[in-house]
Amino acid sequence: MDVEKKILKKLYPEGNYFMLGDDAVAYGAIFAGCKFYAGYPITPASEIAETLSRELPRVGGVYIQMEDEIASIAAIIGASWTGLKSMTATSGPGFSLMQENIGYAIMTETPIVVVDVQRSGPSTGQATKGAQGDYFQARWGTHGDHPAIAISPSSVQECFWLTIRAFNISEKLRTPVILLMDGIIGHLREQIKIPNPEEVDVFERKVKAKVKAKESEDDLVPPMPVFGRGNFSHVTGSSHRDDGFRDVYSPSVHDKLVRRLHEKIAKSEAEITQFEEKFTDDSEILVVSWGASARPSLGAVLKAREDGEKIGFFRPITVHPFPEKRFRRLAKGARVVIVPEMNLGQLILEVERFINDDIELIGVNRIGGVPLTVTEILKAIKRVI
Amino acid sequence: MKKYRMRKYLREEFLPTTMCPGCGGGTVLNAFTNALEQLSIDPKDLVLVSGIGCSAWIPSPYMKADTLHTTHGRPIAFATGIKIGLPNKYVVVISGDGDLAGIGANHLIHAARRNIDITVILVNNFIYGMTGGQVAPTTPFGAKTTTSPYGNIEHPMDISKIVAAAGASYVARWTTAHPFKLVESIKKALKKKGFSLVEVISQCPVQYGRRNDLRTAVDMLKLFRKNSVLVKRANRMDAKELEGKFTIGEFVDRTKAEFVEELYKITKEVREVAD
Repeated sequence: MDVEKKILKKLYPEGNYFMLGDDAVAYGAIFAGCKFYAGYPITPASEIAETLSRELPRVGGVYIQMEDEIASIAAIIGASWTGLKSMTATSGPGFSLMQENIGYAIMTETPIVVVDVQRSGPSTGQATKGAQGDYFQARWGTHGDHPAIAISPSSVQECFWLTIRAFNISEKLRTPVILLMDGIIGHLREQIKIPNPEEVDVFERKVKAKVKAKESEDDLVPPMPVFGRGNFSHVTGSSHRDDGFRDVYSPSVHDKLVRRLHEKIAKSEAEITQFEEKFTDDSEILVVSWGASARPSLGAVLKAREDGEKIGFFRPITVHPFPEKRFRRLAKGARVVIVPEMNLGQLILEVERFINDDIELIGVNRIGGVPLTVTEILKAIKRVI
Repeated sequence: MKKYRMRKYLREEFLPTTMCPGCGGGTVLNAFTNALEQLSIDPKDLVLVSGIGCSAWIPSPYMKADTLHTTHGRPIAFATGIKIGLPNKYVVVISGDGDLAGIGANHLIHAARRNIDITVILVNNFIYGMTGGQVAPTTPFGAKTTTSPYGNIEHPMDISKIVAAAGASYVARWTTAHPFKLVESIKKALKKKGFSLVEVISQCPVQYGRRNDLRTAVDMLKLFRKNSVLVKRANRMDAKELEGKFTIGEFVDRTKAEFVEELYKITKEVREVAD
């Protein structure tokens, strides 16, 4: 067992804990090998910062509180180029401020993890209340053509594992990964199991050793130079050649770069996309939901099944890219698709792209900071039976 | 033929630079590489970070080192992450007044407050040059720019004084007409443990000078020479006497706890307890 894992095992003994969602993210980050966190306080994400400010030094990592969210994401990108696994966490207003540098991380192929514990917006909205209104901000928040990866936990246990997954995907594909939580899950306390560190797969990025970068490899992810090792690397958010140097004049240079950034994600899509499905063998009605809303959605499906209804449940865990392939197949057999979420209809727009016109599509939407209930979703189900 | 001494710090394949004729950027590049050479700093020990604008191009791509060309206004925040990751390297930000004192002023002030061991060379040419000569937070009162065609009605900020007040370990200001003093200050800044700023008043005859009766670089350099006052003397002058003058020299040179050192002290202490 390596030293790192030995320390983790000693500091965080395997076993069951009663834990806050935000804290599970912090411990997930530590198990993933995160060594640098920069952030700015914001409800309902501050607990992630608080926990990491306490725990990171114990595993040889560092915490810094920056002057704002723009600086926070800038600092983690800088740290990532020195070889440190890096993360920041925020909520809606801070996530909006980070968008420009998320684009920078995509363009410069910098692995970072950005946690957005969604709260009610727009603007300051209801600062202490959870919501799911950043679905498309996570996809299209930064300008220009770009790929996006966002994953969304539905439980405290998932907060832990999906944070590790976010790091692994990010390091593997050299791209930012968004952990798109919500305030309900972030502030939920429930039992989780902290595993033996040896059971945790942790991916280490491919590091470039030579001075000149060569053509991209099979997975379209070039090995990443680490600053301070005499590579004389050049990194820019401007359009650039394979060796990193700016060329903003040649259409072909920009075209090749931006297409590859998309293709490297597309190529790994099967590996990236995760979902949960239940009772989908015979489902005429399909309930599709994510994050906190998936919990009462599954509750409602279970109740309806008790009444003998042919109803199934589908939860995208990877919300971007949407698990299109599997969902298309399930939707083919469905008569009705119901999408409960804590916004005025965002995931439903994505779902709409993958179903035929003859399928009835119904949204169950609640805003105002109170989670959806089983009763409310069941009512929507009863109407289409 | 004798080779140019500074070649080891340059990516020659990208020369000549894209700077306009008469730009002060070349003088800054020259002063900086001279300082590096005099201190025998290996380019492998150098990480250069810049933002957006003409002055951000001084290190990127022309200088041979690890170079990170960041988003507008944010190089100091990026550099903060880099310095924490590489505490034994020289992390230097070279960028302009619009980048570091306009859109990025927040980061400049807070990095100085934190006293993180980064050197910032801020090239102040009073103007947004790359975008076509728009008014900047440093544009002198009354000056004409493409967005202050009737004269600037805002007061310019005194960057060095602000950074000194914010808590930097070392702050100096010179002009491109004082290259030897500039080299000395850059050397001091690089060697100083803690946050250091060297502000360089620089000429932009193309975007600033020609709209303000200073058509050539020579006109501007002569003005810098004529109107520069050393800090010590400036301290004895009143506001009226200082109008239109450039206060130059060292504003601050002090020793205080440095951020990254303090940070790793904590990590070390906490780890020892955990072990």
